Amino acid sequence: MKDQSYDNNKLIDIKYDMNKRRIRDFIGIKLMQIITIIVSTLFVLIFLILFSKSIPIFENVSLTDLLFSSLWNPEKGEFGLLPIITGTIFVTGISLFIAVPISLLSAVYISEYAHKKTRSFLRPFIDVLAGVPSVVYGLCAFLFLVPLVKDFIAPRFGIESTGLCIFTASITLSVMVFPIIISLCVESFRSIPIELKEASLSVGATKWETIRKVILRASAPSVITAVLLGFGRAFGETIAVNMVVGGIPKIPSTLFHPGQTLASLIASAYGEMMSIPLYESALMFVALILFVVVLIFNLLGIILLRKVKRRWNY
Amino acid sequence: MISSLIIVIGSLVIIVGLIVFNGASSISLEMITQTPSGGYYLGKGGGILNAILGSLFLALPATAFAYLIGLGIALFLQRDFSHPKISIFIRLSLDILWGIPSIIYGIFCLMIMMLLGIGTSLIAGIVALTLLELPIITRYMDESIKMVPHGLKEGAYSLGSTRFETALKVVRKQAAPGIMAGVLLGLGRGIGDAASILFTAGFSDNIPESIFDSTASLPTMIYHLYSSPIPLVRERAYAAAFILLLIVFSISILSRYLSRKLTKHVIV
Amino acid sequence: MFNESVKIETSNLNVYYHKNHVLRDINVRIPAKKLTAIIGPSGCGKTTLLKTFNRLLEIRDNVKISGEVIVDGENIFSSKKDVSDIRKNMGLLSQKPYPLPMSIYDNVAYGLKIHNHIKSEELYERVKHCLDEAGIWKEVKDRLHDPASGLSLGQQQRLCLARALSVEPEIFLCDEPTSALDPIAAQQIERLLDKLKNNFTVILVTHTLRQAKRLADYVIFLYFGKVVEQGSADELFNNPRNSETKAYVEGDIS
Repeated sequence: MKDQSYDNNKLIDIKYDMNKRRIRDFIGIKLMQIITIIVSTLFVLIFLILFSKSIPIFENVSLTDLLFSSLWNPEKGEFGLLPIITGTIFVTGISLFIAVPISLLSAVYISEYAHKKTRSFLRPFIDVLAGVPSVVYGLCAFLFLVPLVKDFIAPRFGIESTGLCIFTASITLSVMVFPIIISLCVESFRSIPIELKEASLSVGATKWETIRKVILRASAPSVITAVLLGFGRAFGETIAVNMVVGGIPKIPSTLFHPGQTLASLIASAYGEMMSIPLYESALMFVALILFVVVLIFNLLGIILLRKVKRRWNY
Repeated sequence: MISSLIIVIGSLVIIVGLIVFNGASSISLEMITQTPSGGYYLGKGGGILNAILGSLFLALPATAFAYLIGLGIALFLQRDFSHPKISIFIRLSLDILWGIPSIIYGIFCLMIMMLLGIGTSLIAGIVALTLLELPIITRYMDESIKMVPHGLKEGAYSLGSTRFETALKVVRKQAAPGIMAGVLLGLGRGIGDAASILFTAGFSDNIPESIFDSTASLPTMIYHLYSSPIPLVRERAYAAAFILLLIVFSISILSRYLSRKLTKHVIV
Repeated sequence: MFNESVKIETSNLNVYYHKNHVLRDINVRIPAKKLTAIIGPSGCGKTTLLKTFNRLLEIRDNVKISGEVIVDGENIFSSKKDVSDIRKNMGLLSQKPYPLPMSIYDNVAYGLKIHNHIKSEELYERVKHCLDEAGIWKEVKDRLHDPASGLSLGQQQRLCLARALSVEPEIFLCDEPTSALDPIAAQQIERLLDKLKNNFTVILVTHTLRQAKRLADYVIFLYFGKVVEQGSADELFNNPRNSETKAYVEGDIS
């Protein structure tokens, strides 16, 4: 039997609300389940809406014309996206071409060469860079880079430019992509088992050889993922590009000529899209391309990253 | 290697320097206490109070919604509720959502608005930002909730807590630092985003009085001001960017401070 | 076998975990208000057996359970009782103490608050009583509202005990509660367990044989997921019938 002192302390007003609690539990969990289902199918819903809204343009303009005609005159009913697609590929490609090596080298430095103290200072620094709003990047590019390109860089190549051009947009984007690639790469370099490095160093490899042959190779999938995610960011960036790219839907003849990108086109065209027939639908198609391409690249990146995680088991 | 790091750091220094240098000089009390008067965009008087408040009115509720929805999802992703194999797919779809450019969220919400017959409004902007922030916040919370030790949950269960009570009262508290970091990251992202609210929240010189009014925000204000030929107006874009950066940086500092404060209850 | 009343009884309990057959045909009887030690080498399924008693095992995925666990004459797997009630009836002390991420006071108050409407003065009295029972009241009375994570491991484990006491269980499930603690803290816990067995049915999983010898009234020896031998501590330690038990008790297998 329980001793007396314990019994004396028994609760007097025990009120079990098990039923109420069970109902709350049930409702709570169901609610969580429902929102989870809704949110995780959201991307399908987005796809469906974009797709259904772009049907009118498919019905009126052939897909080959849409993708490969270089005439973009919505007022005249000409919806050739080629110049814009070209512009997008140029801007994104060049920005990654600049950003990838710089970010990679920075990441190697931060993770392998920097002192612990420097590292703990640099990483928040990179986070800050990642947190700067894109409109601020755009503004800085407009007020700093544009005059620079106009007055110094373009004339060096003997080209006259307003500064609002593919080149400026690419530089802006590459700066925006730095933090994404750097932080993912640093994380992946740091997660390589120290034994692997030791093994390489102990067979007489130099530090640089170790970095190149062991660290970079072992984390190659993560690096690719980082680049793919960076691509997604650059490809879909709207405002910053819109502010400096020039916004002219023509295939640029040089890098210092203005161009247009898919995302930026949507932002520019918003004001007038309702007043021109089929324009809205064409823009939805542009959004659809944007969505699908980013989706594919991100998916590739995510799947690669998961494979890596499984391999290193962290 | 060093030179590439210098490029990276240099670009950040240039950005912050440009904004602080130009922004701080043109900021004034008038700027943060008044709405634009007629002709503001031509250099006449007034301020950008509408944009400052608009940004807060948009981002704060959006973050709150994203937190509530995201918390439900992140808690649900634990194996106590959902099978790990299903969770993998949910996480995948959240990662996909994370990568979707914000302009797509803007377009998506615009389509929904047209369907419902709503014009550009505060509420539409809030929805767009909620969608934008949701995957960020959710995945952050999920990562930190995943780290909650199983023994802690067992402890709560053995006291007779139901699964929902355990998730809400114990797991959420243990994961609080990570949750807070995620929420503030989402807030920072939301308050700085322009592309998603460009079409949805619209633009207005007035402080919104109802959720169906259009509203300005700092990013869209900058977007409206930056290309003005009048230097005075351009300087206002700097000042707006300065305020925006100030807010974003304070959020990230706050996040560091709060997560340190919240760890006091966390069991290691 | 023994004349005391039976508190928990299992019949043909089988547990599969990731296709591994972890527990095989477990038939054990656990006497009320006695301390029953479950001993055996590590990995033999002691903890698994313990956690089937309060249905904590089901939370893990890929677990399949068959058979019956009868507590007070009722099978917990088919009982109409809510699983929360079944769990509430069994306090848990785990290997590593896991205080809830709240203040010391709230740790103990948590269980009381979720089950009852309770006035704050009464709540305080109850919390005090539980902390006192767990022998920790004197150490924490001046810092009740400090976070529980600031306590030492030994104090945390006693706090967990107080927390378990708060919901008035009849059974205590202890999963190697001293394994993470220093010798002095371990001794405090052992003393508490010794005191608890007067009022509660205590089940203690342990891999230190000496602890079982010190505390147990009744012993179950598990080996590779099977019950090799069960009986009173006296008999099992001094006079094992099975050769494997003998080898284990004498320290030849571990």
